[in-house]
Amino acid sequence: MSVLIFAELEEGKIKKTSLEAIYYGSKVAEMTGGETVVLAIGEADSAELETAGAYGAVKVMHAGGQELKEANIVAYADTLTSAATQIGAKVIVTAKSSLADAVTARTAGALKAGVAGNVTELPDLSNGFEVIRSVFTGKAFAKTSINSEVKVLAIKKNAITPEISGNKAAVEDFMAPVSEEAGKAKVIKTLKETGTVSLPEADLVVSGGRGMKGPEHWQPLLDLAEALGATTACSKPVSDMDWRPHHEHVGQTGVKIAPNLYIACGISGAIQHLAGVNSSKVIVVINTDPEAPFFKAADYGIVGDAFEVLPKLTAAVKALK
Amino acid sequence: MNILVCISSVPDTTAKITFKDDNTTFNKDGVTHIIGPYDDYALARAIELKEELGGTVTVLNVGTAETEPQIRKALAIGADEAIRVDAEPTDSFFVAEQIAAVAKENSYDLIMMGRETTDYNSGVVHGIVGQLLGMPSLSPVMELNIDGNTAKISREIEGGKEKLEATLPLILGCQEPIAEWKIASMRGIMTARKKPLNVRPAVGEGLTSVSSYSLPPEKGDCKMIPAEEAEKLIDLLQNEAKVL
Ligand SMILES: Cc1cc2nc3c(=O)[nH]c(=O)nc-3n(C[C@H](O)[C@H](O)[C@H](O)COP(=O)(O)OP(=O)(O)OC[C@H]3O[C@@H](n4cnc5c(N)ncnc54)[C@H](O)[C@@H]3O)c2cc1C
Repeated sequence: MSVLIFAELEEGKIKKTSLEAIYYGSKVAEMTGGETVVLAIGEADSAELETAGAYGAVKVMHAGGQELKEANIVAYADTLTSAATQIGAKVIVTAKSSLADAVTARTAGALKAGVAGNVTELPDLSNGFEVIRSVFTGKAFAKTSINSEVKVLAIKKNAITPEISGNKAAVEDFMAPVSEEAGKAKVIKTLKETGTVSLPEADLVVSGGRGMKGPEHWQPLLDLAEALGATTACSKPVSDMDWRPHHEHVGQTGVKIAPNLYIACGISGAIQHLAGVNSSKVIVVINTDPEAPFFKAADYGIVGDAFEVLPKLTAAVKALK
Repeated sequence: MNILVCISSVPDTTAKITFKDDNTTFNKDGVTHIIGPYDDYALARAIELKEELGGTVTVLNVGTAETEPQIRKALAIGADEAIRVDAEPTDSFFVAEQIAAVAKENSYDLIMMGRETTDYNSGVVHGIVGQLLGMPSLSPVMELNIDGNTAKISREIEGGKEKLEATLPLILGCQEPIAEWKIASMRGIMTARKKPLNVRPAVGEGLTSVSSYSLPPEKGDCKMIPAEEAEKLIDLLQNEAKVL
């Protein structure tokens, strides 16, 4: 049973979560006895794509055509469907992301494939094909069996720790016909922060809530994030009030993240906020109120004023380096 | 402008998640259900578009009779009519098939829903529906305006957003800030009772099934560091937690 991994590219490189998905896919291929093939869509050098081999891929199908320059959901999905059909893939793996959801969904529709999202462990093949996935926005797990011939798995960040080899993957150009629907939705403009790690990919996150008191007071938080090399996030009211851009909003209705470290400053820890950050490995809470509910979900806590605590932390981080 | 809004019925965001029958079933006892928060955004924007451009808003739910309070609420907020496909919504493909079956019998300019449900979080129903109907699908959509036959959309991407123009008909997975959640007025609640709610049987069957559930391990104690010694935290993160 061949396994096809849909890998996302970011500035010409395979995203870190996609590398995890490739490694996961290679383990599934080992279990089921098949090849591990990667589909990478967009611009990238062959030398970069070869590195997929270190994560267990034998082959990378590279679709770098002009009409795939923008992340066109329909065109990406058509390409993925063709690649899966061509190699006879029975399992399609991707890192969970909003783009991957939108793309693999159409492929699932085309191939009549059962989908399991937020998968946290390798499948159990002793009784069909069963996976554990995170459900209820991180509040529970569900053992799910996928009964269709083709299966789509979206892997949650940190579900597996890759062991890297010295292998290189063979890179082949791939082009597939794209359906008419692809031309019906055109990207006009992309507005994107560059040079920062995006939230779903980030290992270190520093986040601010209403306790930061206003957008003009964000500097101490940004300083700590910069010293750590962390990505910044915020609570829902903060993005609702336009203190911070919407893509920083984490929680039940925002981005769901799973960093190694989440530092929350001036955030009370409402259940809807926790839902988006409860998969973090270590949580630090800084809050003036010792009764703030967030302390119950934290590993480390400081009862204090964020504006006094943050500069101390930044200085301590700088002293490390 | 005829819009189909697909809504899920999910546990309230503050509900305690527990299981029963040997961890095989979600325990609904004492749990309030709500319209999926993302679906609620889609519904709010659909009603605004109807008010601006005319037409109708139909809500569709795949669910058992237990979900009728959420459907009535959608009607009270301003949807004109409702369809309930009478089945447990246990699988993404299955739900998408029901939506596609309803959509094929009618002609909708827009099919809107949340980017994902807050119970299973798979975020794929919109895309599967798009593929089954041969229409473009976009998600997560955070702005939507209609100009004739063109939808002007902004879609959230990691670290920013993307502006798009797309020709109708379209399938959209929505999220904030596409609109503000709406609250039903007293009059809305009264008229909702008289609006049509058609129940129909399901087609096809699911491709996945859940055999058991489990809860994450309890969080250990929180280690407190005095604010005066805040810098010690960095040492602990580096040498104890080993995350730096
Ligand atoms: C359906 C639904 C979905 C939701 N989805 C989300 C979501 O996705 N994400 C989300 O975040 N919220 C979400 N919410 C909102 C959530 O319920 C809370 O209202 C929100 O998380 C509170 O944000 P906050 O912690 O920033 O603000 P507050 O609750 O106002 O907390 C501010 C905190 O800052 C502390 N503080 C004040 N001054 C200082 C200081 N100088 N230094 C340190 N601490 C200070 C205070 O003690 C307080 O604990 C949702 C709500 C609903 C109903």
